[in-house]
Amino acid sequence: MTAVETPGPKGGPKIVTSRFGFPHSWTLPSYLDHGGYQGLRRALAMTPEEVHQATLGSSILGRGGAGFDAGRKWGMLRKAEPVYLVVNGDESEPATFKDHALLEGDPHQLIEGSVICAYAVGAAQVFIFVRGEMALAQERLQAALNEAYEYGAVGANILGSGFSVDIVVHPGAGAYICGEETALLESLEGKRGFPRIKPPYYPAAIGLYGAPTVVNNVETLSNLPWIMCNGNEAFFALGDGRSRGTKILALSGHVRRPGNYEIEFAKVSFRELIYDPALGAGVRHGRELKAFIPGGVSSPWFGPQHLDISLANEAIAQAGSMAGSGAVTVMDETTCVVRAVWRITRFFHRESCGQCTPCREGSGWIEKVMRRIEDGQGREADLDLLMDVCDNIVPGVSWPPAQTTICVLGPSIPSSVASGIRMFRDEFMEHIRLGHCPFPPDRSRESPAYA
Amino acid sequence: MDMGLSQDNLVRARQLIALYPQKRSALIPVLHLLQEQEGYLSPEGIEDVATLLELTPAEVRGTASFYDMFHLEPIGRYLVAVCTNIACMLDGAYELLEHIQEDLGVHPGGTTPDGLFTLEDAECLALCGNAPCVTVNWRFFGNMTPERWDALIEDLRAGRLDAEVPPHGTLCRVQRSVGLPAAAPEPPSPGKAGRAVKKAAPAAATGATDAVGQPVALGTTRTTPAVASTLLVGGPPTTEETGR
Repeated sequence: MTAVETPGPKGGPKIVTSRFGFPHSWTLPSYLDHGGYQGLRRALAMTPEEVHQATLGSSILGRGGAGFDAGRKWGMLRKAEPVYLVVNGDESEPATFKDHALLEGDPHQLIEGSVICAYAVGAAQVFIFVRGEMALAQERLQAALNEAYEYGAVGANILGSGFSVDIVVHPGAGAYICGEETALLESLEGKRGFPRIKPPYYPAAIGLYGAPTVVNNVETLSNLPWIMCNGNEAFFALGDGRSRGTKILALSGHVRRPGNYEIEFAKVSFRELIYDPALGAGVRHGRELKAFIPGGVSSPWFGPQHLDISLANEAIAQAGSMAGSGAVTVMDETTCVVRAVWRITRFFHRESCGQCTPCREGSGWIEKVMRRIEDGQGREADLDLLMDVCDNIVPGVSWPPAQTTICVLGPSIPSSVASGIRMFRDEFMEHIRLGHCPFPPDRSRESPAYA
Repeated sequence: MDMGLSQDNLVRARQLIALYPQKRSALIPVLHLLQEQEGYLSPEGIEDVATLLELTPAEVRGTASFYDMFHLEPIGRYLVAVCTNIACMLDGAYELLEHIQEDLGVHPGGTTPDGLFTLEDAECLALCGNAPCVTVNWRFFGNMTPERWDALIEDLRAGRLDAEVPPHGTLCRVQRSVGLPAAAPEPPSPGKAGRAVKKAAPAAATGATDAVGQPVALGTTRTTPAVASTLLVGGPPTTEETGR
């Protein structure tokens, strides 16, 4: 049985955004009218092991950024009790806004997916960590949770199955680093969001309060109700290679129609995403594409020569970047690359937790050097200096990056810097030669408040 | 004035603590309660939270200061956060920020002399399909232009948005109404896997209600268009239409 049949913009079905746009899609009556909690009923009719097998069979990769096989992750749990499920809703990767929409548009779907996962792994309790800044998402999710308890889909003896689990909505308080799963667990324990030293690599071994813990992304879990209703074969039939099912792409920047688009995985190219009239509808004002960021600001950039790459984890990795969170940011010919790189580096500098020297110091150095180039006070040697600092954060400035720090925030810093210098060296040199930014408006005159 | 956590909030704080296997996990939710009460984290309030969670005030303050959303000193009634990260920057966020700076007469980090507005230059707020975006007390306003800002601040000053934009510190106006262990002073112990937490009978309330049982309208009209517009087939207004 198919719960909801809504075709996506490219023909394939919508899985996680199928109820978007329905009036009050975030309430229980609307959810039940459109197939809500049917997946949970199916899951509860199976054994937990069968639910796990179905998830493995769907081959769903984590939708948070790392792309780890969700079913495999569940299988890595250390055999100990209690087990916790923690939902990562701390979406903060710049230009990513898909979980935000899922939390506001269809919170019951996430609750249903969470209960299905909790049943499969035998979780004692579920914590949904929602980014602090998303006030409306917290309100709608908490209201949905209250409804779900009343309905019997959460709490004691769920839908008469004998299975019980409690869900807690936990607000964050503003820290990008808490999207890193071990930092998220620290934060959930009421501490500073410092990523934990690895090993242990996986919270599945040692997670929340030292107990085995599954940490899954909002979008990942939101797929589970559909998989339970339609079968893992139907999910696996979508997409290609390791990239199965659908993926929400968060398209932003200089396109005519920015927004979230759920499309079949591995079946759409960047060219289609950016130019198709049903998707991005082209670069604004008919301008030329200069570059685009394929998977959040942590990913190395692509240029027009990469437009025909398929939006699939493997294809993007093969071309030297990553699908990451599914955030695609388009920059047209009027974009000052120096300024864009400066802004991205400034973000990493502000959000570095400060534990590791290469990240804490490196991000600040790069930000300052980028700022002086943009302000027209750069030197020719600055390009080598920037690459040298990058090399100290990621030896060889390679991709995938070598790890010199506790978490992957540090190694994400060189992505934009190295991309900018490698793809647009002349533009950097022009800033230095002219002594000012060549792009109007001249942003170097902006107030000292952001120096 | 600063009297620490109110009696009502002490009760709510104990309910929050009871939701977690370990007390300290409730620290951030309880700090949000404190910030809701006073608009910032007062020293007296921090001491109360420390006592409640069996921590030292230094541990509480040391944790709170790590997080951008917690304010250890009073700020304006409205916290205006202007996103200037990459997607919004590409769509004119710095030009917008300049306009707002001139309008309010303060730089990022500053508060207007009347104590109404504090300005912040924010990192990505996850509304990039409606860039540039601004939040006021974390309520979203997308597709911002200088003209729309002028209309927004007029509405805020006139109190026309009071229902949608509560005072700074109020984050989630919907309280958990179910599954709370009845006035349990101690946290429930996580039981065996899958058969975990003891629950009292669910409260009678359904849906979204605030502290005094008044329904909270969550179908906001002017806030987050993330769902309303960016995902509809046919899409949001084009950049040309929005005049960027």
